[in-house]
Amino acid sequence: MTLQTPLPTPVDPGLDRGSRTSVRRAGRGRRPELIWYAFLVPALLAFTAFVVAPAAVGIFYSFTDYVGYGQWSFLGLSNYAALATDPRILDSYGFTLGFALVTVVLAQVVALALAVALTRRIHFAPALRGILVIPMVLSGIVVAYVFNFLFANTVPAIATAVGFGPLEQSILGDPDLAWLAIVVVSAWQTIPGALLVYTAGLTAIPDELYEASSLDGASSWAQFRLVTLPLITGFVLINTVLGVKGYLGAYDVIVGLTAGGPGTATSSVAMTIFSGFTGGDYAYQMANATIFFIVTVAISIVQLVATRGRAVRL
Amino acid sequence: MTALEGRTATGGRRPTGRSWTLTVLLGLACLTVLVPLYVTVSMALKTTGQAVDGNAFSLPAPFDPSGFAEAWTLTRFPVSFGISLAVAVIAVGLTLLLSSLAAYAIVRNWERRFFRWSLVYLLAALFLPFPVVALPQIQLTALVGLDGPVGVGILHAMFQLAFSVLLFSAYLRSVPIELEESARIDGASTWQIFWRVVVPLLGPMIATVGIFAFLASWNDFMMPSLITADPALQTLPVVQNIFQSQFGTSYNVAFASYLMAMAPTIVVYLFAQRWVISGVTQGAVKA
Repeated sequence: MTLQTPLPTPVDPGLDRGSRTSVRRAGRGRRPELIWYAFLVPALLAFTAFVVAPAAVGIFYSFTDYVGYGQWSFLGLSNYAALATDPRILDSYGFTLGFALVTVVLAQVVALALAVALTRRIHFAPALRGILVIPMVLSGIVVAYVFNFLFANTVPAIATAVGFGPLEQSILGDPDLAWLAIVVVSAWQTIPGALLVYTAGLTAIPDELYEASSLDGASSWAQFRLVTLPLITGFVLINTVLGVKGYLGAYDVIVGLTAGGPGTATSSVAMTIFSGFTGGDYAYQMANATIFFIVTVAISIVQLVATRGRAVRL
Repeated sequence: MTALEGRTATGGRRPTGRSWTLTVLLGLACLTVLVPLYVTVSMALKTTGQAVDGNAFSLPAPFDPSGFAEAWTLTRFPVSFGISLAVAVIAVGLTLLLSSLAAYAIVRNWERRFFRWSLVYLLAALFLPFPVVALPQIQLTALVGLDGPVGVGILHAMFQLAFSVLLFSAYLRSVPIELEESARIDGASTWQIFWRVVVPLLGPMIATVGIFAFLASWNDFMMPSLITADPALQTLPVVQNIFQSQFGTSYNVAFASYLMAMAPTIVVYLFAQRWVISGVTQGAVKA
């Protein structure tokens, strides 16, 4: 799930209209036709059976010594206590959070800059946009294999030819630098989705606002900071929240580039969790997954709260 | 920050003149996309000998498409392709059916608490990364005999549900209800109204939701690699790993295989670019 799916933003909830019309038709308090439930319940049941129920069972097992089969007994919170002192777990969180933070900043700055440029008066705008969006439709694992070749062979070859020391060895084999390759490829893949959302936000800003502010003598940078940025805050928010969520769950790109190595230098939380399936520490990794879920939700909430009230509506 | 400098160059949104400076800068940005794709295509067409010479940017000389034939056999291309296709068909079909029906029911019964809360319940999935539920899902699918392509397709649909319901319900709110009401006066049932009035109106959104579900499913590596127990039933992206583990394999064969794995989504993009781009754009503004 590395495709960063863009989302409707809370610019205009538009809820009132729908509810008013259906109240007028159905009348409040009257029982709805049963068929409405037949429309909704399949989705609810499938979601419950395949996602919510397994999640609940998994969280339950995180309080036990279950190994994935056979008998189990309650352990209370000791799995969770063990997590807090496990260097392998702590390293994976350190790597994943750092990687997500760097990637989201890089991807959003580049996506916004490209979107601003694309919505100016330029030549060949549709073709340029069409090319820039291509990475969005490509498979993360395959893209990572291609870049694996480039980082391992092509980049060192070029570096050697021009005599640039630091890149003469493959950065994928360097425990301190391998994460940069993952940042680059993850950003490369997720910039297009963010770019399209920003393009939508930017085209919705009326030209009059820019004309008025330039009459007031605002510089281009001031225009961007005082007109553009406040009006697209909602889009920045949704891009950032979904971007961070995606990067926190990173797996495909890492598998294709470094497989978590060298050593465990680029082991993401997702990779550690999956090791619970083969490593016999199912319950322990479910405790890890539960913490991971709480961390993911908490980070999303922090982002939502931090930007609340900053968004300006037209 | 090049784009911001570019804005200075154009002097804001002047109605006359197009900026060549910005066009060239964006063209350079496009190279970051085109160069890796060029390398993939050119490597795939080289001889095995030329592919290991260390120059990724050289043109194939001579052209040698034999890498494709070898990749075709090594990845059992027709089988892997068929399995990927089956997974994607299940994922897209299930996503479209479940999410359009649910979104329609939710939007038209918004005043009822059960329907409102159902939306919140389904949207919770937006904050639920797959790794959190992976271990119990691997167990569940194995338990009920869905540890193969069918199970992967179902799970792809489940993780696509929240986003799709959101897009459909946002779109449905902007659809005038008068058409449905006149159909009702003509004696159509809700079921008939859905298929004959609502589904045709949803057309553009069905294209968008379907394309995103297809791309997410076709490109995924994580779920099939974990859920599918039988290696013979793996999808196209997963079987590409044979080129990582078999050191004897030549680069030209590997890149030919990567190209064949990427080709279907590139073709979809070429033909459906309009839906991909306008879908995101409309989805972002309308909701």
